[in-house]
Amino acid sequence: MELQAVLMAAAGGSRMMDLTYNTPKPMLPVGNKPLMWYPLNLLERVGFEEVIVITTKEVQKMMSTDFKMKLDVKMKLDVVCIQEDADMGTADALRHIQQKIKTDILVVSCDLITDAALHEVVDLFRAHDATLAMLMSKAHEFTETVPGQKGKMAAEQRDFVGVDESGKRLLFMANEADLEEGLTIRKSIMRKHPRMHIKTGLVDAHLYCLKKMVVDFLADNKSISSIRGELVPYLVQKQFSKAINSPTTKDDAEDQNQKQKDGNINMELHLSSHNEHFLQLARERSCWNDHRGDMSEAYHGGKLRCYLHIMEQGLCYRVNTLAAYIEANRQAPKLFEEPAIHPSAVVSEKCLVSSDSIIGASCQVADKTSIKRSTIGNSTTVKEKVKVTNSIVMHGVTIEEGSNIQGSVICSNAVIGRGADLKYCLVGNGQRIEPEAEKTNEVIVGSDQLMEI
Amino acid sequence: MADSGVTDGPDEKGDISHAKREGTELTKEEKQRLRKEKKQHKKNKERKDDKTSESQKEKPPTERSPTSKQAAHPPTQKAPLAVPTPAPLPVPVLDAPAPAGKPAKSKTEIKAERRARQEAERASKQGKKGDVIPQVPAGKAKLQPSELQPVVKRLPEHVQVDNPEVLKKLAKKLERQQIPLRSDYGYKVSLFSHLHQYSRKAPLTQQLSIPSTVIHPSIVRLGLQYSQGIVAGSNARSIALLHAFKQVIRDYTTPPNEELSRDLVNKLKPYISFLSQCRPLSASMGNAIKYIKKEISNIDSQCKEEEAKSELQKCIDRYIDEKIILAATAISKYAIEKISDGDVILVYGCSSLVNHILCEAFDKCRKFRVVVVDSRPRLEGREALRRLVQRGISCTYVLISAVSYILPEVSKVFLGAHALLANGYVMSRVGTSQIALVAKAFNVPVLVCCETYKFCERVQTDSFVSNELDDPDDLIVTRKGKTQLGGWQDVPLLGLLNLVYDVTPPDFVDLVITDLGMIPCTSVPVVLRVKSVDQ
Repeated sequence: MELQAVLMAAAGGSRMMDLTYNTPKPMLPVGNKPLMWYPLNLLERVGFEEVIVITTKEVQKMMSTDFKMKLDVKMKLDVVCIQEDADMGTADALRHIQQKIKTDILVVSCDLITDAALHEVVDLFRAHDATLAMLMSKAHEFTETVPGQKGKMAAEQRDFVGVDESGKRLLFMANEADLEEGLTIRKSIMRKHPRMHIKTGLVDAHLYCLKKMVVDFLADNKSISSIRGELVPYLVQKQFSKAINSPTTKDDAEDQNQKQKDGNINMELHLSSHNEHFLQLARERSCWNDHRGDMSEAYHGGKLRCYLHIMEQGLCYRVNTLAAYIEANRQAPKLFEEPAIHPSAVVSEKCLVSSDSIIGASCQVADKTSIKRSTIGNSTTVKEKVKVTNSIVMHGVTIEEGSNIQGSVICSNAVIGRGADLKYCLVGNGQRIEPEAEKTNEVIVGSDQLMEI
Repeated sequence: MADSGVTDGPDEKGDISHAKREGTELTKEEKQRLRKEKKQHKKNKERKDDKTSESQKEKPPTERSPTSKQAAHPPTQKAPLAVPTPAPLPVPVLDAPAPAGKPAKSKTEIKAERRARQEAERASKQGKKGDVIPQVPAGKAKLQPSELQPVVKRLPEHVQVDNPEVLKKLAKKLERQQIPLRSDYGYKVSLFSHLHQYSRKAPLTQQLSIPSTVIHPSIVRLGLQYSQGIVAGSNARSIALLHAFKQVIRDYTTPPNEELSRDLVNKLKPYISFLSQCRPLSASMGNAIKYIKKEISNIDSQCKEEEAKSELQKCIDRYIDEKIILAATAISKYAIEKISDGDVILVYGCSSLVNHILCEAFDKCRKFRVVVVDSRPRLEGREALRRLVQRGISCTYVLISAVSYILPEVSKVFLGAHALLANGYVMSRVGTSQIALVAKAFNVPVLVCCETYKFCERVQTDSFVSNELDDPDDLIVTRKGKTQLGGWQDVPLLGLLNLVYDVTPPDFVDLVITDLGMIPCTSVPVVLRVKSVDQ
């Protein structure tokens, strides 16, 4: 077997607590499908037959009852549960399932919605015998107004990504938060790759192809807990480390570096056992080089290589903020050719449903309603004379007559009273909006949620 | 050979073991025998009426296939079915080559034999998985023993791309093997429209599932490396291929009720189709594949699976050691004799063997300098330049357009080869024949260095018939922000041609240095004959 897929679905959704305090992030509905259905569908389309899903017990329960998951996902899902409060990072989760991993792995995050051609990433991984291959996409500005947002959001910490001339080899990766004094690039990198392009407007899709030896390395190095935060920058940096390329020079063995050295030694052991004699012979006789202008052989003789594929076109969203969630709801339905109005929904003739809206299963939409650019979840009841514009309504919601909902997000099982007027609001799970209420730009959540600071 | 009418026991066994070794292919001796029989039958035709001569002609080709099939059968449990056939068959085999004195067999006997043969074939087909006689590997003419006409030579499929029936057959074969078909790209120059032309931007992996289950992952990786040019060069490709086959053999398990010797060969066939879709196979790769298939078919059926696998891996190691590494050492030993102090040596492109020779000569303290000639679009000479300069050899670098200006300074030309053809022609990177021609005009000796495993039984006198078309977009270059040929597909009468190989006639080559010694170019068929007798 070539690759094993691992889906990380234990994330808490810490940046959109308003949505996720009741529904775990992997099960949030996007275009009336649970969020984790999208990466699973991507893996299935590409040809995977088995996926290891790392998630919490709560999500596993919800998965087994979810209609869409049972029907559509034909792959075999091997669900591994971890404790929700264990605060495990993604790398910790990989260490947890180390026994199950027999080959190279493809790690996907549950909040990835994309139509990327995965073979581009995997081809880089295969052709160059890379240790890490990842996917990134050009970031798009989110244009929709986010409900409950007061003022402009603080700009997120940027990611600095350095690639070589061809745009494929990953040379440098750091987050703004880690660069206090400024961006320093080691001379050894500049000597090998004199031309480096540094990009900041990229969104990391959290899709990684990792060699099996990386998982073994993680098992030995328990200090690394997050793939994106720690493992990837470590691997990128290790490409140019002296210890890897010239294993004979191990001069300093100070105590404080001992732990780090152990990490180095482990990596070398894993790498050297991997390279084969014949591959080396073939490479020596091949007249190919990945760079030119200096005297070194292909890949500068380095055994550890990290590659990156940047998607120029196509969708790629990571649903980890409210703005991303809203944008994804708009764009995700375009990925699939499904009828906008679910066949089991009861929609009366006198209502106006625009073409870019989605009505979920078992809905009841009464007369004289107007639904534009919105998503209506399953089992929702919309009474007469309701106007829903630019909104996301989740499952089991009841909207009474005469309401006007604009640019809002209504979570599951909420009840919007008669004649309510909501503009750019976020109504939490199970909340009731009293009739004739007028709310603009507010976040209405339960009082129990407010206590969780 | 066995043309006497007398039944010889050991001779027959030799015949059978020969056929067994070759599987469905015929050895040179058998081909020669068939040719002699053909001639005799033609004489018969003139003397006798058509019916008798046809039945006589029909017999040897038809009887040959059951003999060969049967020879491959003895180890299986299908032997009981095949047992009734051996008795009548060997006799007519040795009857047929006899001159036309013997009367033809009666029609009923012929029919009975044919029925028995068909039953044996059906029984063998039930044992195998969807077994169909495969298409010919590159460059070999296929003999159709079951045909009524005398032997018809068929063109290999990869040079018949403009023939829609051949394409349909190829598509069907690939579909059966579950391998995606790679579609041709762009307008092909009419002289070369019979060859495939693929685009590097449309890799075959687009149509494969990502954790590839049909094709072994190391073969997918190899195919990708071939099509992207990461593994390029005859020796590198062969070594990488054998390495991938080692992985395949390591991960192989014999399914129940199957023989390793036959099932593994069948497993390798779709892989080979896949690799040839990624990039057409080279002559050295073809020879390596033949060797492996022969070794696999020779595995004793009593052998346990683990032993058989380790035996095969050792065979592969041995092949690489002998044919590539030791051969390089031997060739450089001979070649160094030809390099004297003060020489100016011209090399073209990046040949791993020539680079090895020059580095060895430099280590043995010969004083010489090198002129590296390079050509677009591959510009492989840059890599050769880097390797030589890294060693400390002083080099000059020119493009092929300057070769006639630099030749007056040059004392010798060393060329590498992709393959050496049976009529003495040298198949090598495009541009080699130009260099040889100009060198001949300047009376500079041209020495071709080539290992014997690259010797090929194909015969070619021009570079059109069988060649490889690389991605035409490689010819597009951007200078100062302008890409002149960027929209070449829109111009109706414009075609871009990116040839990879060309053939050099033996008149331009003064010496071929092989691991068997230094031979003139015309002695290649002798070497081939000696090699086939050895094997």
